[in-house]
Amino acid sequence: MIYRFLAILLLWAGVASAQDMEAPIQQVLQEHGEIIQKSSRRTIGPAIDTLAASGLDDAQAVLERWQAREMWFNKETGAFVFGEEGENRTLILSDVAGGDLGTAPKGDYKQLKPNSGIRGLIGAALVQFQLTAPDAATRAAALDAIERNPEASHLAALRAVTDEPDAELATRSARLERLLTIEFDEDDAARIAAIEGFEGDLGVDVRAALNPLVQTELSFVAAGEADAPLQIGGDITRDDAYALLVSAGEAEAVVTSGEIKEALIANIDGAEVQGIRVAALDTDDARASTYALLSEAGLARPQVTEADINATLAGFDFFRSYTNAPLDVALAAQAVLSGIETKVAVNQTFDLGLDALSLASIYFLAAIGLAITFGVMGVINMAHGEFIMMGAYTGYVVQLFITDYTVSILVAIPLAFAVTFSAGVAMERLVIRWLYHRPLETLLATFGISIALQQLAKNIFGTQARPLTAPGWLDGSLVINDIVSISYIRIAIFVLALLFLALFLFVMNRTRLGLEVRAVTQNPRMAASMGINPDRINMLTFGFGSGIAGIAGVAIGLYAKVTSEMGADYIVQSFMTVVVGGVGNIWGTLLGAGLVGSMQKGIEWLNPSNTLAAQTYMILFIILFIQFRPRGIIALKGRAAEA
Amino acid sequence: MADMALHGVRRPLIVRHPSLLIFLTCLALFTVAVTLLAEGVGMGVISTSFVKTLGKTLCLCLVALAMDLVWGYTGILSLGHMAFFGIGGYAIGMWLMYARTEIIVRDSLAQAPLPPTVTEISDGIANQIFGVVGASEFPAIWALAHSFPAQLAFVVLVPGLLALIFGWLAFRSRVTGVYLSILTQAMTLALSLYLFQNDSGLRGNNGLSGLQNLPGFDDVPQSSVSIAFFWASALALALGYLLCSFIVSGKFGSVLRAIRDDEARVRFLGYSVEAYKLIVFVITAMIAGVAGALYYPQAGIINPAEIAPIASIYLAVWVAIGGRGRLYGAVIGTAFVSLLSSWFTGGQAPDINLGFAVIQWVDWWTILLGLSFVAVTLFAPKGIGGLIDLIEERRSPDRHGADLGPDAGALREKEASK
Repeated sequence: MIYRFLAILLLWAGVASAQDMEAPIQQVLQEHGEIIQKSSRRTIGPAIDTLAASGLDDAQAVLERWQAREMWFNKETGAFVFGEEGENRTLILSDVAGGDLGTAPKGDYKQLKPNSGIRGLIGAALVQFQLTAPDAATRAAALDAIERNPEASHLAALRAVTDEPDAELATRSARLERLLTIEFDEDDAARIAAIEGFEGDLGVDVRAALNPLVQTELSFVAAGEADAPLQIGGDITRDDAYALLVSAGEAEAVVTSGEIKEALIANIDGAEVQGIRVAALDTDDARASTYALLSEAGLARPQVTEADINATLAGFDFFRSYTNAPLDVALAAQAVLSGIETKVAVNQTFDLGLDALSLASIYFLAAIGLAITFGVMGVINMAHGEFIMMGAYTGYVVQLFITDYTVSILVAIPLAFAVTFSAGVAMERLVIRWLYHRPLETLLATFGISIALQQLAKNIFGTQARPLTAPGWLDGSLVINDIVSISYIRIAIFVLALLFLALFLFVMNRTRLGLEVRAVTQNPRMAASMGINPDRINMLTFGFGSGIAGIAGVAIGLYAKVTSEMGADYIVQSFMTVVVGGVGNIWGTLLGAGLVGSMQKGIEWLNPSNTLAAQTYMILFIILFIQFRPRGIIALKGRAAEA
Repeated sequence: MADMALHGVRRPLIVRHPSLLIFLTCLALFTVAVTLLAEGVGMGVISTSFVKTLGKTLCLCLVALAMDLVWGYTGILSLGHMAFFGIGGYAIGMWLMYARTEIIVRDSLAQAPLPPTVTEISDGIANQIFGVVGASEFPAIWALAHSFPAQLAFVVLVPGLLALIFGWLAFRSRVTGVYLSILTQAMTLALSLYLFQNDSGLRGNNGLSGLQNLPGFDDVPQSSVSIAFFWASALALALGYLLCSFIVSGKFGSVLRAIRDDEARVRFLGYSVEAYKLIVFVITAMIAGVAGALYYPQAGIINPAEIAPIASIYLAVWVAIGGRGRLYGAVIGTAFVSLLSSWFTGGQAPDINLGFAVIQWVDWWTILLGLSFVAVTLFAPKGIGGLIDLIEERRSPDRHGADLGPDAGALREKEASK
């Protein structure tokens, strides 16, 4: 037993002596041994800088393992080693200059525990090693790190890298170098060159780099000393100017009503203040005049009058100066920024146009079924929104059984059509057929159905929103630049809207069914005498319109959540779309959807915080619009209009 | 009044409308009976909350009368009358809330060493009322909230003015039938969406609350307040019924019914159809405002959800089930459906166990209501009022199955007799 212990002791002693205290990296560490051991964010800087600048091969490994809390030092000798905790409170040691040092009791060594601040400094120092790493992913990660948290030291590191093999990384690195030049370079000419290089660039990072440069600060000098002083009341408000003087100690602050109140309360003597009854102090004027008495008696500081303020302001000139950059840099930044802002505005308008287009296609999808039942047949179906909801819930139920989202959507679309087609046919057979001559009662009866269907959905699926998940290939968005982007789902909905338009036109104009539908719409009796069965045609038309609502429901469900009230959210807008466009004309519906969609987006843009207001004003606009074109944008003429 | 001079003596309203006397008698008996049975005043059989429910039902009957006048008699299916009802509630609610908060703020400021200034009081009230939506200043529409007479005037003036503007725009561009219904629904939706915003000046979706507490009457128990409101509602309903009977009887009423049956023909006869419609629309909006002003102090809270289009649709449902085109039909339908509705949704109706599923009426009542509405529309266009025809054995004239009117939209006799 004792031999064995001695053997271990000998072995350990032998290993310990193998540590190379003369290795250059150990020398560098020892040079700063004290501050490294102290591990303070404020003093550690020189140690890290020396390590990073040493040019030694081992420096990167030392920094990395230090950051990972794997550096220890010997309590007696102060020698730095890498250590990993082994069994039985031992450390598995290795030399900072490379080489295995065996194990040692943990008690002999102390761990360096860099806090998050120090780890950040080490990380910044490591960047230059990472930028030249052989692995492209590491280099990309280093660029990411710089983008997140740029520092002046990174500029040199970026400039040192000249042989980036990956073209994409090289572009990123060059762009980053220019951004850092703007922010950190000492040489103004280099900064201006970098700034001008970004002319017309839409990147958010460019604006983030330029905006601080053009910040200004309001300051003042004695009257007559500024070249072009700001106009008080024009360029700056009188209150702002005076507040600046007050905060700089050049003027006395105006006594606020709160201060007056406090002073009065502090000087209440019995039931009076300066001989004025407290009960009489219930107006601002009375309080002000009593305060004047107080200040005359020396019990409060005097009120600053308007005349005082004017006199004080007359003694100073006010001007704005750039605070964060020298004048020529700031002016260059200003020029480039204003150019960028114009371009941003153009792009934002374009983006808004895309948004409006996608909203319009959603309204078009919601309204196209109505364009058939209401526009062609003249039947008001208030349960149309509930058909949209049924389609969406069909999609949800299909996804419960088929987990592959692509397949489930492909199954859901025809199934939704089938479900709502049958619901539509059933409704036409049971209810609407009996009410063809009584449009108001159709409206009421379909309301009843709408209420019942909505509650039924609530009872079956609960009140919480159900997800209808889009297939993975519809995730994400098409990014054109930092401002203009559109999600693939919206593009898909737009395409679907176009498909529906084509389908509608094909069915109505190129098929036997469409011909018969148009015949029955124009003159049911004549159609009947030509051998067309109007009952059957009405049933099929209604089913067709309802079925399209079901498919629209799947599309809308992908974009919004599926709830029992989703149909009700769209029904008024859908009717508005049909009515604004002109009843009985699919192109009118298309125009109506475009108008309603772009109106809503336009108003939202004017008042972005408030989508409710946008809907309110849009509805008011439509009510007014109908005043001027009661039959919609595209009005039917002649006999068809009377049908 | 012109025909009075022409035809000499005109029979009194009561004689021309025999149902009027019956209705007023029934209402008076009902009011007295409830008072005698009520908690606080009478025997205590009826709880205060049920007295409030009955009072609210009377207010709903009043707005249903307005709906019947505009839809049943004039043929305008308005889906906006519950919005006018809500506006009336908001108008009176603003005063109730302001006055009560003012008392509270004055009491708390009276403790301060200095007497409060007018601005301090109004800032204090504004803070109390609008703190919940993160504002602390009075919006412009509250300018007269301190004045009871002004807000009382707004109860009728604001709905009347809104109806005037909307009706003038809609009727002059000849928007009729279902288009008008959709347009009124859109107006209602716009109003409720507007009120849902926090910066609408009416506390967004929080609405106005605490309306059951009358300022200055803190000592009076709610059991007495509820009876007072019940009486006020009954009186308003009686007066409303009188007014509506007066309007629909005589020449004016005949023109209204003629507009309902064939608008174009009335126009060709030289009547200004738009003016008639506008007058009816505005008057009914005002009646709805009054009904709302009586309803919401009994409900205690009003928020924009009450104005949503669905409320107006339910109003149409009540009138249709009761039987439109007859004033007592609207009242019967509303009282029947809304009381039944609160019985079912209040959880008092027993669940039905079907073995595989339990029908809980809280969930299934709406479905039953929707389907019975479809059934009434299809099979009993006369609604409950049709039963009274059966008792009276009154029959429509036999037109041998022809249309009741000249155009394709007119009822066929076959349909009407169902």
